[in-house]
Amino acid sequence: MDFQEFVENFANIWDDTDASVFTPETRFKELDEWSSLVALSIIAMADEEYEVVLKGDDIRNAQTVQDVYEVIQSRL
Amino acid sequence: MAYLSISNVAIRGISAAVPTRVKEIKDLDFFAPGEAEKVIGLTKVERSRMVREGQCCSDLCYAAAERLIADMGWQKQDIEALIYVSLSRDYLTPHTSALLQHRLGLGKECYAIDVPLACSGYVYGLSVAASLMQTGQIKKGLLLVGETTSALQSPHDKTIWPLHGDGGTATALEYDEHADNMSFHFATDGARGDAIINPDGGTRHPITAESLEYVEIEPGVKRNRTQSVLDGMNVFGFSIKDPPASIASLAAKEGVSVPDLDYLVLHQANKYMDDKIAKKLKMAPEKVPFSIMQYGNTSSASIPVTIVVGIGPKLEGEKAKAMLCGFGSGLSWGSALVTLDHIKCPALIEVE
Repeated sequence: MDFQEFVENFANIWDDTDASVFTPETRFKELDEWSSLVALSIIAMADEEYEVVLKGDDIRNAQTVQDVYEVIQSRL
Repeated sequence: MAYLSISNVAIRGISAAVPTRVKEIKDLDFFAPGEAEKVIGLTKVERSRMVREGQCCSDLCYAAAERLIADMGWQKQDIEALIYVSLSRDYLTPHTSALLQHRLGLGKECYAIDVPLACSGYVYGLSVAASLMQTGQIKKGLLLVGETTSALQSPHDKTIWPLHGDGGTATALEYDEHADNMSFHFATDGARGDAIINPDGGTRHPITAESLEYVEIEPGVKRNRTQSVLDGMNVFGFSIKDPPASIASLAAKEGVSVPDLDYLVLHQANKYMDDKIAKKLKMAPEKVPFSIMQYGNTSSASIPVTIVVGIGPKLEGEKAKAMLCGFGSGLSWGSALVTLDHIKCPALIEVE
C-alpha cells in the first residue's frame, strides 16, 4: 500500500479542504469540514480502494491521517 | 449456513400505503447552514412521509391489505394466516395481528402472529408466511409489513431523523403446486446489537421519568432514552459488506448469476450504500429500483414500497425473477430469491 497514494485518496474525500493541507500528521478531525459524513466517506474509501472494512471505533480512535493509514495497513 | 428453500407458495400481489403528511428534509430545523444539502447529497432522501398523531402502522397496513384483497377478488374467509412484521404495535398486548384479523374481517380460523423485526423484516416475514403455507393446509395468507419509525426516533436527532419515513404494506401469498421455489439466506449477529438500539422501554430498562428527558449529545442531536440510537459508522460498514455477501452466497447456492436476474430490490438504507451494494454485485442500475428519494428509509416496509413505486406497473404483465435483501438492527440480514409472476400491484395508496 503506497502511502502517497493513500494520502491522495484521503484528500479526495474532502470537498472544501485543499489537498495540500493533508500530511501524515494532519489532525483531520480539527478541520472545519470534518463531520460524520466525512467519516462515512473514509469508511467507503477504505472499502473501495483497499477492501478493508473500518469500524466506528477505528475512526473514533484515529487522530491523524497516519493513524487511519496504519489501521488499513494492518488489515490488508 | 442458514439457507431455506420453500416449494408450492406463490406471491400473488403486493400493495403499499403511506400517510399523506410530508417530512421535507431540506426544511428540518436542526441542520447547520449547508448541512441539509450535504445530507441529501449522500442519502438522496429529499422527503418522506410520517403518520399524524393517533395514526398507527397497523392503519397503513390495513389500508394496503383492503386494497389488495379487493383487487385480487379474494374472499376474506379464505385467508387463514396473517403475519404482522413491525416494531410499531398498537398495544403491548394484545398483539397487533389479532386486531388486524378482526378489523379486516377475516374469519376466526386464522393463524395470526407478530414478528418484531426492523429493516430485515420483510425477508424474514416472507419466510415465516411461506413456511406455514407450503404443505397446502393453509391456502391463502397475508403478510403485513410496516413501520412508523417516526414513533421510535427523536425529531431532534440529525443523525437519524432525515433518513426515515413511515409506510405499511401487504403481500398476498397462495398455495400453488406449480409455483417456482422461493429460496432464502439468513444471518444474525447479536454481538452488534447496540448498532441500532432504543435503550429504554423494554423490560431490561423499563421507562422511568429519566427515560423521557431529552439530552443534547452534540449540536443537532437531542434525544431521550426511549428513542433510537444509530451508530452510523458501524451500520455503514455492515451494510456495504454483509448484505452483498449474503446475496452472493444465495445466488451461488441457487446457481444463478445476480446480473442475469430481472431485479435486485434492496432495503432502502440510503442511496449511497445501496448503489455500492448493487455495484459490488455488478447489477445494472436500471434493474435496481428505488423509493428512498421520495419516501425515505421505511425500515421493513422498504422492499415492498420499492416494488410498488419502482416496478409495480411492469410486474402485472411479466414473470420476473427478483433478489430481495433486507438488513438492519439485530444485527439481522437476509436475502430471498423469488418469482413475481404477473402479480397484482396496485398504485401506492395515500392514507389521510
